[in-house]
Amino acid sequence: MTKKVLMCGNEVLAEAGIMAGCRFYAGYPITPQNEIPAYMSRRMPEVGGVFIQAESEISAVNMVFGASLTGVRAMTSSSSPGISLKQEGISYLAGCQLPAVIVNMMRGGPGLGNIAPSQSDYFQATRGGGHGDYRQVVLAPASLQEIVDLTVLSFDLADKYRMPVMILGDGILGQMMEPVELNPKSIPQRCSGQEIQNPKIEKDWVLDGCKGREPRVIKSLLLGEGELERFNLRLQEKYALIKDKEVRYEVLYGDDSDIMLVSYGTTSRICRSVVERLRRQGKNAGMFRPISLWPFPERALKELAERVNKFFVVEMSCGQMVDDVKLSIECRKPVYFYGRTGGGIPTEEEIIGELQKRIDAGGCFTSIKYQAPSI
Amino acid sequence: MNKVFSKPKSMKNASTHYCPGCGHGVVHRIICEVIDELDIREKVIGIAPVGCAVIAYDYWDFDVTEAAHGRVPAVATGIKRVKPENIVFGYQGDGDLAAIGTAEIIHAANRGENITIIFVNNAVYGMTGGQMAPTTVLKQKTSTTPFGRDKKRDGFPLKVSELLATLPGVSYVERVAIHDPQHILKAKKAIKRVFQNQINGLGFSLVEVLSQCPTYLGHSAKEAVRWVAEEMIKEYPLGVFRQ
Ligand SMILES: Cc1ncc(C[n+]2csc(CCOP(=O)(O)OP(=O)(O)O)c2C)c(N)n1
Ligand code: SF4
Repeated sequence: MTKKVLMCGNEVLAEAGIMAGCRFYAGYPITPQNEIPAYMSRRMPEVGGVFIQAESEISAVNMVFGASLTGVRAMTSSSSPGISLKQEGISYLAGCQLPAVIVNMMRGGPGLGNIAPSQSDYFQATRGGGHGDYRQVVLAPASLQEIVDLTVLSFDLADKYRMPVMILGDGILGQMMEPVELNPKSIPQRCSGQEIQNPKIEKDWVLDGCKGREPRVIKSLLLGEGELERFNLRLQEKYALIKDKEVRYEVLYGDDSDIMLVSYGTTSRICRSVVERLRRQGKNAGMFRPISLWPFPERALKELAERVNKFFVVEMSCGQMVDDVKLSIECRKPVYFYGRTGGGIPTEEEIIGELQKRIDAGGCFTSIKYQAPSI
Repeated sequence: MNKVFSKPKSMKNASTHYCPGCGHGVVHRIICEVIDELDIREKVIGIAPVGCAVIAYDYWDFDVTEAAHGRVPAVATGIKRVKPENIVFGYQGDGDLAAIGTAEIIHAANRGENITIIFVNNAVYGMTGGQMAPTTVLKQKTSTTPFGRDKKRDGFPLKVSELLATLPGVSYVERVAIHDPQHILKAKKAIKRVFQNQINGLGFSLVEVLSQCPTYLGHSAKEAVRWVAEEMIKEYPLGVFRQ
C-alpha cells in the first residue's frame, strides 16, 4: 500500500503532474494557485525537467506550445484572470493539435474580482474561451485524491487526442489539505472511458530536426480552398469520439431519488453532505456529479430524467452549468438552481432551505432584481 | 561546366508569393544559405511569425512551426529549453516583434535564451494592408497615418536594436540592410554569426534587417530600395550594438 501524505491541493496537482511525466512547466504567479509554480520550481530540476517563470500568462502558454511540439509533456497553471490571457494560446494549441494540460484554480470575477473560490469560469472552460471551432477536455476533481487521478488522466488524454485538456478546480480545492495516496487509482467507476493507464504514446509528429526524415510543419493557418473546413470537420470527428469514450461522472442514489442535486468540484462536496442529511430525514434525494465537464455527461443525465422528478443545480456562480443540465434533459423535468457568486460558498443549510423554498413555490426563479438606469 | 549559383538545399523549389521587390525573399534565402553552410539543416527548428512571412515554411525545407502573433520568442524558449541540442530560430516582422510581441522579445532577451531571432523591419504592417508599425518613421504615410506619422499622436519610431543592446542577457545585436549586394553580403555575415553564437551556446542573438516593402511604401521596387538606403538608414543606423 502506498503511504498517505498530507499536502495542499495545488502541490498534489503539481506532484501528480510530475508522476504523469510532465517535464515542462511555465506559469505566471496568481492567487490561489501559487503553490503550483513554487512546487514546480523545486521539483522540475530534480527530475530533469524545465521550470520557467514567464513574463505573462500569454508567454507561459506559448512556452508550453513550444515545449509540447517537441513531444515533451507540458503544463501551465493559473487562475481566472490569467486563464483569460491564455485563451489565445489554447486556441492555437487546438488548431495545431498539440497536447497540453492547463490548470485553472478559479477565483471570483469578472475583472480582477477577488481571490475567493468560485466556479464562474464554467462557460469559458466548456465553450472554448478562445476563438474558433474547437473544444478542450475539461475535468473537474472534487477531492485531492481525485486531483491525482485526473491530473494523470489529463496528460494521457491530451496525448491520446492531441489537444489541450483543462483541469478546472477552485481556490478551496487548491488550498485545502487532505491525506492522499500519490498513486493514481482507477478513475471513478461510472465512466465510459478506459481505466487510467499512462500509455506510451508514439508521437510521430514532433519537431526535433529533420534528421533522417522529411521536414515537418506544425501550423494552424489553412488558406487553401476548403482546407480549414475539412480540417475543422476532422476535429469534430475527434470530438465526437471523445464524447463517446471519455464521459465521466458519479451518481449518488440514482435508483430511487425523487430530486437530484447536480454539482461539481467543491460544491459537490457540500451537496454530498446535503444529500446524506436529507436521506437521514427519509427524503429521496440524490446527487449527480459531472467529472468531465466537457464532454458533459448528457446521456447519463437524460436517462436519469426518466426516473427523477426534479433537478436542483448548485454552483458557485450565477448559473452556468445549469444550462448544460437543461440541454441534457431537454427541459423534460423542472430544473431549479441555487448559486452563490463572488466568493460566496453555499452552506448545507442554505441549500436545504432553498431546495425547500423552490420546490414549494413550484417554479424556477431568480431572486436578484436589476433595475436598468434610464438613459 | 561549373555551376556557380544554385538553390540552397534548405530551400524548397517553390515560386514566391511575395510582392515583386519584397525583402522577405532575400532574407529567407540568406537564412537557408547560412543553414546549409553551417550544416545544421537537420537540427534546425524555425518559427514563422504572423505577418507576410507566415508561410515561410512554404520555402524552408526543414522543421518549422508557426507562432501566434508576437509570441515567437516564447515558443522558441519552450522549444530550446527542452531541446538544447536543436538550433532554434525565430523570424519576426516589426508589428510582430515590436508591437504585439514586445513583452515576449524583451523577456526572452533578458533571460538570455540561447536562441536566434531574425527581425525584419520594413517600417509597415505588410500583411494587413500597410498600417503604421512601431518602426514607421516620422512623417511616413501609411494607411493609418494618412497625413504622415506625427510624433504627438503616434509616438516615435521604436529602435529595437538599441533597446535590446541595454540588456545584459543579450549576447549579440546587429542592424543590417539588404538594399544592395554589398549590404546583402554583410547581412549574411551577421546572420551567420547569430546562428554560430547559438551553436557556441553564447545566448540571445538578434539581427535586425532593414527591408523594403514596395507595396506599402507606395514605391516601385527600385524606389523602395532607394528609400531604405536613404531615408530608413538615417533613422536606423546600421552597426553592431552589442557583442
Ligand atoms: C492577435 C492578432 N492581431 C492582429 C492580427 C493581424 N495581423 C496579421 S499580421 C499583422 C502585422 C504584420 O506586420 P509585420 O509584423 O510588420 O510583418 P509584415 O507583414 O510587414 O512582414 C497583423 C496586425 C493577427 N493575426 N493576430
Ligand atoms: S506587402 Fe510588403 S512585406 Fe508583404 S509581401 Fe508585399 S512587399 Fe513584402
